Amino acid sequence: MIHFVVHEEGDGVGVVVVEGIKAGQPLTGWIMEDDKDVAVTAKSDIPIGHKLALKDYKVGDTVIKYGVDIGKVVKPIGKGEHLHVHNVKTKRW
Amino acid sequence: MVNLSKSSFWGYKRENGRVGVRNHVIILPVDDLSNAAAQAVENNIKGTLALPHPYGRLQFGADLELHFRTLIGTGSNPNVAAVVVIGIEEQWTSRVVEGIKKTGKPVVGFGIELHGDHDTIMRASRAAREFLQMASELRREERPLKDLWVSTKCGESDTTSGCGANPTVGNAFDKMYPHGVTMVFGETTELTGGEHLVAARCANDEVRKKFQFVFDRYQEVINRHKTSDLTDSQPTKGNIAGGLTTIEEKALGNIQKIGRQCKVDGVLDKAETPTGPGLWFMDSSSAAAEMVTLCAAAGYAVHFFPTGQGNVIGNPILPVIKLCANPRTVRTMSEHIDVDVSGLLRKEMSPDQAGDKLLECMFRTANGRLTAAEALGHREFVLTRLYESA
Repeated sequence: MIHFVVHEEGDGVGVVVVEGIKAGQPLTGWIMEDDKDVAVTAKSDIPIGHKLALKDYKVGDTVIKYGVDIGKVVKPIGKGEHLHVHNVKTKRW
Repeated sequence: MVNLSKSSFWGYKRENGRVGVRNHVIILPVDDLSNAAAQAVENNIKGTLALPHPYGRLQFGADLELHFRTLIGTGSNPNVAAVVVIGIEEQWTSRVVEGIKKTGKPVVGFGIELHGDHDTIMRASRAAREFLQMASELRREERPLKDLWVSTKCGESDTTSGCGANPTVGNAFDKMYPHGVTMVFGETTELTGGEHLVAARCANDEVRKKFQFVFDRYQEVINRHKTSDLTDSQPTKGNIAGGLTTIEEKALGNIQKIGRQCKVDGVLDKAETPTGPGLWFMDSSSAAAEMVTLCAAAGYAVHFFPTGQGNVIGNPILPVIKLCANPRTVRTMSEHIDVDVSGLLRKEMSPDQAGDKLLECMFRTANGRLTAAEALGHREFVLTRLYESA
């Protein structure tokens, strides 16, 4: 079963595509572009459509999705944790 | 796989050669004051469609030009068989009538001043009845795919839009592009963070320069008026609830709609009609109803609308086909979704299969099947304003 998808190899985030992901749950991800699987353990409850970190981030790091910069980290994020507006902000505007 | 080289659809060929997929007789108010009369005519003559809106008074300059271009474009759209125009006074009314008349389709206008609502409604109803009966005798004919103009804009996107619904539109666009279909995308500010990817897809330097110019202009508008980093507006609250974190992430998902092979062949102003086949970029708002209204005014006949969280938008004259890859939205809002591509995220469906499923729905819609938005009565007609009235 696929719990989350990743656009391409090298992206630092995955998108949860099933409902009810709980902290502690082992997850299987699918890297769509490369058709490969990846395993990560969820460290937070993560709603469907929301992202989980695929690596540890420190403040000031850049988050990569689709192989492109999608914003900057403003609070440390651990691998498997929920990555969203509470810890990542736009670099534009 | 759908074989597009021999594909055709059944549409209404109009006087100017354009082909529509609907056969509306519309009652078009020039201004807010004429909505009541237009809606009274719609009520009198069953089967006509009034398009009420809140603007059209004391506009000037480029904003007024856009108002006229949108109204004239809407009346000129091939999904419209005939038009009754109603305005508070004769002069602007006849300007809209003359604009639509260039298509050769039946159109007539009525000014309310010196007549009042009663007399105007009576005369306009008489014309609307004649137009409706005329239109009811028009028949669909088989037309090649290239006669179909297809627009796209996504809404209430979430992360599933970028990995499911938007790439499905991209797959369909990539398949239609070589067959000379006329297509458009827009949403200028929603390319922020991915504008370099669109610039790289422009067919030549001239198009690239024009694209960069309109992109930079819109950024200046944002910078001039913003009071924050726009995280209260863009991404929207719905986008954020759906998991989209930044405008960059939203933009990168958005851009999936233009596929991987299509070139951007030209740049259009708002509601401007393209001059040839290919993929066009329209400088436009990212608000769903505004953008779809501009696509209809530019002459597009079918619209692809990918959604994540479940935008319910429709348009009075342009059939809006909704597709969605979010399994929760497909389950909770099924009445709004025409094409379910959630299988993409479970590896149960390939991108090619999803693209074909959308194209199949497009042909059925073009041939007359009502979209979910049409069946539910969604007729959002929203004019874009550029600045304050005089």
